[in-house]
Amino acid sequence: MKKLLSGNEALALGAYHAGVKVATAYPGTPSTEILESIAHHNDIYAEWSTNEKVAMEVALGAAYAGARSLASMKQVGLNVASDPFMAAATTGINAGMVVITAGDPGAHSSQNEQDNRHYARLAKVPMLEPSDSQEAYDLMALAFDISEEFDTPVLVYTTTRVSHSKSVVEVNRSRAVPAKHRDFQYDVKKYVMLPVYARFRHPIIEERLVKLATYAETFPFNKVIWGERHLGVVTSGVAYQYAREVFPKASFLKLGMTYPLPRNLLRHFAAQVERLIVVEELDPFLQENIQAMGITVSGKEFIPRMGELNPDIIEEGSRRAGLMAGTPPRPVETATELPKRPPLLCPGCPHTGIFFVLSSIGQRAKPPKAKGKPTRESNLIITGDIGCYTLGAYPPLLAMDTCACMGASIGQALGMEKAGTSKKVVAVIGDSTFLHSGITGLVNGVYNKGQITLIILDNGTTAMTGHQEHPGTGISAQGKETRTVELEPLVRGIGVSDVRVVDAFNIKELRSSVRSSLNNPELSVIIVRGACVVHKPKRANPRAIDAEQCNQCGICLMLGCPAIQSDGEQVTIDATMCVGDACTICQQLCPRQAIGPKSKTTAKEAK
Amino acid sequence: MKKLDLLITGVGGQGVILASDIIGDAAITTGYDIKKTDALGMAQRGGSVTSNVRIAPQVRSPLIKMGEADMLLAFEKLEAARWSHYLRPGGIAIVNNHALPPLSVSLGSERYPGDDEIINILKQRTDRVYFVEGTRRARELGNVRVLNIFMLGCVSLFAPFKVQTWEDSISQHLPPKLRQINIEAFNQGRKEIQGVRL
Repeated sequence: MKKLLSGNEALALGAYHAGVKVATAYPGTPSTEILESIAHHNDIYAEWSTNEKVAMEVALGAAYAGARSLASMKQVGLNVASDPFMAAATTGINAGMVVITAGDPGAHSSQNEQDNRHYARLAKVPMLEPSDSQEAYDLMALAFDISEEFDTPVLVYTTTRVSHSKSVVEVNRSRAVPAKHRDFQYDVKKYVMLPVYARFRHPIIEERLVKLATYAETFPFNKVIWGERHLGVVTSGVAYQYAREVFPKASFLKLGMTYPLPRNLLRHFAAQVERLIVVEELDPFLQENIQAMGITVSGKEFIPRMGELNPDIIEEGSRRAGLMAGTPPRPVETATELPKRPPLLCPGCPHTGIFFVLSSIGQRAKPPKAKGKPTRESNLIITGDIGCYTLGAYPPLLAMDTCACMGASIGQALGMEKAGTSKKVVAVIGDSTFLHSGITGLVNGVYNKGQITLIILDNGTTAMTGHQEHPGTGISAQGKETRTVELEPLVRGIGVSDVRVVDAFNIKELRSSVRSSLNNPELSVIIVRGACVVHKPKRANPRAIDAEQCNQCGICLMLGCPAIQSDGEQVTIDATMCVGDACTICQQLCPRQAIGPKSKTTAKEAK
Repeated sequence: MKKLDLLITGVGGQGVILASDIIGDAAITTGYDIKKTDALGMAQRGGSVTSNVRIAPQVRSPLIKMGEADMLLAFEKLEAARWSHYLRPGGIAIVNNHALPPLSVSLGSERYPGDDEIINILKQRTDRVYFVEGTRRARELGNVRVLNIFMLGCVSLFAPFKVQTWEDSISQHLPPKLRQINIEAFNQGRKEIQGVRL
């Protein structure tokens, strides 16, 4: 049966058909849909774990206990999970365990574009790389077999363009039933990594890698496609698809397994072609491994190591390297100087109000009409975190000064305070991110007598990645009711006594809470609560601006609300975008009371 | 048909991705190979959104090369201009005659281009530029959100799929209570593009 599947859906279906029994993940673009997709199967167990480290540990435990398991995460998620990942590589598994890590060349939705293929080499585990959805589906079956045959976790590496592209998949399998259940085997030397046993494991890992390299020579997805012999291209992942388009006549060694490499196959291929190149995204991972075999090869000399590749970029580089004859195609002019359109907080977003308050209390932004006034220096440092709310860093809100990685805001704020900064320090973190890795930072802050203010933006979901459940929502990944981890008792239990819960849409309350928290010499926590606007069922009474009352001061524009628009003369509110009664922040701010429900303002106009 | 490379552009929330999913299934039903790729995640929140759709007997790269798109389907005027360099010379541009000014325009730091500027930018690539009243028609139908299906109606005259295939694919991707209004939007789109082509 032919189906149009994204790379992520194909990975999930492939894993399901391979008999996976336990699947874990923390949401992260571009990996999120793997767990979302597999969670629809009610005959397996799937969970959103609190973070990637926990996801890896649950998957490892499941594999020890005899269930085929899958942990999926974005590239930086594997940083969080690297400790148990290395442990899994050391102990090996029992039933098959596959770890999918989805890289993001081009940093479409990430804080960096690290090349996670290095993790395979670091952990000495096999790595498979699909180049489209069909391969994503097919490789998952092999991944679990390899895992069990070689007693190792298997890393499957995808990128945004594989995970988020849809292509046709011939679904030719159904769910496999494991031949025998391999229940947990008591084996201290294998599973208890006391130094004395860990030392025993190391030679086993090295032997395993040698065996895997031999296996790679005949791995069915390492394919030679012979064309003309003047150019040989070694490539993998989506770069293979681009390279086939750019060099339709060349010979190809297409690698489906990119660690360890098939040395003999590479040598044989290299010897048959006049010039050997590697086309790969990000670091020269394949290139350097091939060079280390003493084979002459180039690639990163003309193909960028930064950003996402595409056929245009490969073609451009290849022309410079003299790989393509003929005149370059007519340059294609880009429409320049058009206004940019960066992503924004939605109309009715519960983060907008608190960011406006921080921005104004911190003397950070000024209304458009105040252009002439001297800029005051900000008296507030706002350490930020990862989620939709990171968009608060953009103008006009300008309410975020740092964003490093999940949970970093709290540690960074404490570090700034301990460094003796003259400014007040506020850490801002979302509910899902706080549960992911903010809790330990808060414990640290309490223990070390921090004086920071921590603001937890509780919108009741993991919004940026597409509204996944988390421990605070009371719903599981498979849509079942479960226990809820409540933020207030959690924070109080850690030892914070100044804890306030504030309505995200009440500007006055937000302002007074921030002021008192900033004045408290002890560490304090403000939980700003308001449901994500995407979850709001009712949108009643969109706001409108009474043009007679409005004097164009521009305060409402400082919210950065996409529904509030100006053509340079009159500010208006787009009634199809405004959420109305559920928000009203602009109405609360307007110094001339010119904003109200549409019916009311039009009634006034009629008078 | 040798190939159809279609770039759909718009603003996050306009339904670009659903539209390209519907095209994808229609292509499979018709027996073509298809690859499509979308902007997801952070890029989606009210930002500029694109979907690359490539249909041919065999497709390799999911990304369309610059200057090779056969069609540009723009749900918003500024986004038509922004991505016009992907159109091949002589390709078809179908543009929803609707402006969503970005925040920088509202704040007065940037200027929304005039209609003549947008047309000029598009005309540098092709003479086959068709403006359609998608947002207005969708509003008349009673739901702005059917804009994407209206735009598919416009595309349908240039794509090698049967009307029934289109309608089946649309129905598959929508809950039953929304099917009727969307099929209407689809038919309106077909009608509209026939009108502006004359």
